[in-house]
Amino acid sequence: MRGPGPEARMGVGGCWPRLPALPLSSPPLYRPRAPREVVGHFTEEETEAGERPPGPFALPRKKLRRRKRPRARARWPACTSRSCIALPSRGSRSRRHAVREPIARPPAAHSRRLLSARRRRAWGAAAAPEAGREPARAGPAVPGSRCRGGSRASVGEGAGGGNDIQWCFSQVKGAVDDDVAEADIISTVEFNHSGELLATGDKGGRVVIFQQEQENKTQTHSRGEYNVYSTFQSHEPEFDYLKSLEIEEKINKIRWLPQKNAAQFLLSTNDKTIKLWKISERDKRPEGYNLKEEDGRYRDPTTVTTLRVPVFRPMDLMVEASPRRIFANAHTYHINSISINSDYETYLSADDLRINLWHLEITDRSFNIVDIKPANMEELTEVITAAEFHPNSCNTFVYSSSKGTIRLCDMRASALCDRHSKLFEEPEDPSNRSFFSEIISSISDVKFSHSGRYMMTRDYLSVKIWDLNMENRPVETYQVHEYLRSKLCSLYENDCIFDKFECCWNGSDSVVMTGSYNNFFRMFDRNTKRDITLEASRENNKPRTVLKPRKVCASGKRKKDEISVDSLDFNKKILHTAWHPKENIIAVATTNNLYIFQDKVN
Amino acid sequence: METDDREGNRMWEEDSSHKHLLDVSSWINCIVASKTTKDTMFARGIKRKCFDGEEDIEGTLAGFKSVPSYNLQRQSLLDMSLVKLQLCHMLVEPNLCRSVLIANTVRQIQEEMTQDGTWQVINAQNTGQASLDRLVSSDILCRSTKEQNEGKLVPSYSGFSKDFENTPSQDIISDLSTVTSVQAPRNPQSNNVWEMENSQENRGNFQKSLDQIFETLENKNPNSVEDLFSDVDNSYYDLDTVLTGMMNNTKMGHCDVLESFSSQTTTNSNSNCKSDINELDHIVEILVES
Repeated sequence: MRGPGPEARMGVGGCWPRLPALPLSSPPLYRPRAPREVVGHFTEEETEAGERPPGPFALPRKKLRRRKRPRARARWPACTSRSCIALPSRGSRSRRHAVREPIARPPAAHSRRLLSARRRRAWGAAAAPEAGREPARAGPAVPGSRCRGGSRASVGEGAGGGNDIQWCFSQVKGAVDDDVAEADIISTVEFNHSGELLATGDKGGRVVIFQQEQENKTQTHSRGEYNVYSTFQSHEPEFDYLKSLEIEEKINKIRWLPQKNAAQFLLSTNDKTIKLWKISERDKRPEGYNLKEEDGRYRDPTTVTTLRVPVFRPMDLMVEASPRRIFANAHTYHINSISINSDYETYLSADDLRINLWHLEITDRSFNIVDIKPANMEELTEVITAAEFHPNSCNTFVYSSSKGTIRLCDMRASALCDRHSKLFEEPEDPSNRSFFSEIISSISDVKFSHSGRYMMTRDYLSVKIWDLNMENRPVETYQVHEYLRSKLCSLYENDCIFDKFECCWNGSDSVVMTGSYNNFFRMFDRNTKRDITLEASRENNKPRTVLKPRKVCASGKRKKDEISVDSLDFNKKILHTAWHPKENIIAVATTNNLYIFQDKVN
Repeated sequence: METDDREGNRMWEEDSSHKHLLDVSSWINCIVASKTTKDTMFARGIKRKCFDGEEDIEGTLAGFKSVPSYNLQRQSLLDMSLVKLQLCHMLVEPNLCRSVLIANTVRQIQEEMTQDGTWQVINAQNTGQASLDRLVSSDILCRSTKEQNEGKLVPSYSGFSKDFENTPSQDIISDLSTVTSVQAPRNPQSNNVWEMENSQENRGNFQKSLDQIFETLENKNPNSVEDLFSDVDNSYYDLDTVLTGMMNNTKMGHCDVLESFSSQTTTNSNSNCKSDINELDHIVEILVES
């Protein structure tokens, strides 16, 4: 049972944000609340236990333990008079910091690489990192039981010949046991623009970011492995009083912003609220204050005899995540997609019936650019399922619907893009018609290619690639699991037919990948027209194990090593996959584990 | 057939708590069993129309060697869809996309049934009154069902401030009416979803169940729904209501209730139920003696 937090009490929260003017026929948005900054302090022990960091709603209420070592960061001098009961003013900056977690880095050999060369240049730090840097805190290589790093992928042997990529197991993250805690179910996976960072969001509202280790000179034949970089609680469960319903904290989507300075930014969203998070590193701290001791206690000014200038000293690398913007109260229905525009200033958020355009700097206003809500809800037959901006044209975006259509809209045409510029729809195949035709034609994901010429859509049974210049049919269609077509009724019965699979492109737009059941995932090479089915399972745990292609036998005699359709496990589904933008590294999310595979390098 | 009838009864009695997810295959079994009028339709040897994805339903039909007909499959699909729409989580907002897809499927089946004329046939058989009125009203029913469904959605999504006073009362009224439709299937004597004693209920059953479904899409106060269903649930074991026959929501008389109790003791594996029934028996004994 979750209860409302302190901010949700009536009367608390200050002034209500200004809402855009609504026509009378629209339903009222739920009660607006002032944006609430997430402030949580939890020590590493709590996260290590694998439990959700307790939020204000978690009951029984875990006592939040403050850090034992004092903050070295109170910059603003406070009133030291004994009669003054005011707490030292921490200023607004520190209050915004959500989590401070020292990263326990592996021992010294790797600690010299704490700042990448590029970032060092950006920061203009002159000091050589080796000198004066304290060794990283010894301890487990990665904090938290959430991450169970696999062994490093080592040199591949044999000839990985020709154009075929051979995929090898690299790492698996997540709990080993089969009993899956609901909060650990991974709900989104996304690489950043450089591929160095990999973000995952889960049903408990947490975001875990993994960072790729820099390639070591000694191991030229493997790419760096991913280790936990930062963990933070992005969204908390909320309670909507107007509707008496809970708003889930599950992270629906994460999208990275391109990096502009030393910090990283990402957008994460749950059903109703989008947040812009800043992830920054801190590896220096000022030392040598005059009015303060090293442990934070304030000195009596009368005891100060000499003055000194505070200097920056290196410290354990600490990665902080703080919410910089909270975009709330703009969606009546559940947000299913967010997409950042190529101008890197605006982004869109799409729910079931509307799409809103936001500016990253402005949180109290958004523009509604698509609204397919009918005047009479009796006529509701179609919902928006996904939306994305074009990667190059900042005025173009597409959105897909539950009826299998994709609409491309140009924002220059009108302020409200209810009329599409292009409508992509494939006529139905009459031979395959059944009662489930509409359900399986519902598009669960749409992704533009990196070039911007093509887009890919995923419906229940197939992946289709569309040329933006041709609207009447896709240029390529790949069947993901056609053997399920005869099982649609039982899949409807157990609700699996409503699973929303995602799809992704590789960096060069030559291969597409999507997930399936039984922890299988499929890749289709557009050039060679070959496809492969692989499995993400702990059985192939050894590094550099080349994954064996799997095959599902639809009917008839089952050959050796084939799996029959009836023995597929429909509870093990791979809905979320991501491909490194530059290299052949893929991240595949099963229910609560994250698998990282790399291609075999010689 | 008799065993299947009992199975059918058992199924509906087991559904004492709407939260228990039905075992759909046994449920489909029950529906098949209860369609006595459909016997002729799936007599052995009749070729089944090509119906994608229904082979699994065949597999789950225990004891039927014949191939179920297209109509039967369509009917069971319709029932399954209705159940799906009903079983919405009340605490978290239901998934709109899923609901819309299921509703579209229901409409599609319904349209097809109307075109086939099957819809009218079902209604006529169920009531036993094949009057012209019935047939005409079925047309209107089908049309108005849609509008009913959709009409019900109007208050849900356009709950503006001035409509707010209307919507709660509307909810309550429609809730009360829909509770009757929920209870009617529980009647052990009615094996068929469509077979009602009350003709009025029969006419409105489909429409009301769709109403009920679309109301669950509304964001209504879960308390009211729980209260309604809690009345239904507890009334089985509520001594007062049993003895005074004040079970307004059901058509059962005392005998029926006790019958259902006795059959429940044999078939219901719910341990709570057993202990309650034992207590009930004990109390009844005491009262009878006094």
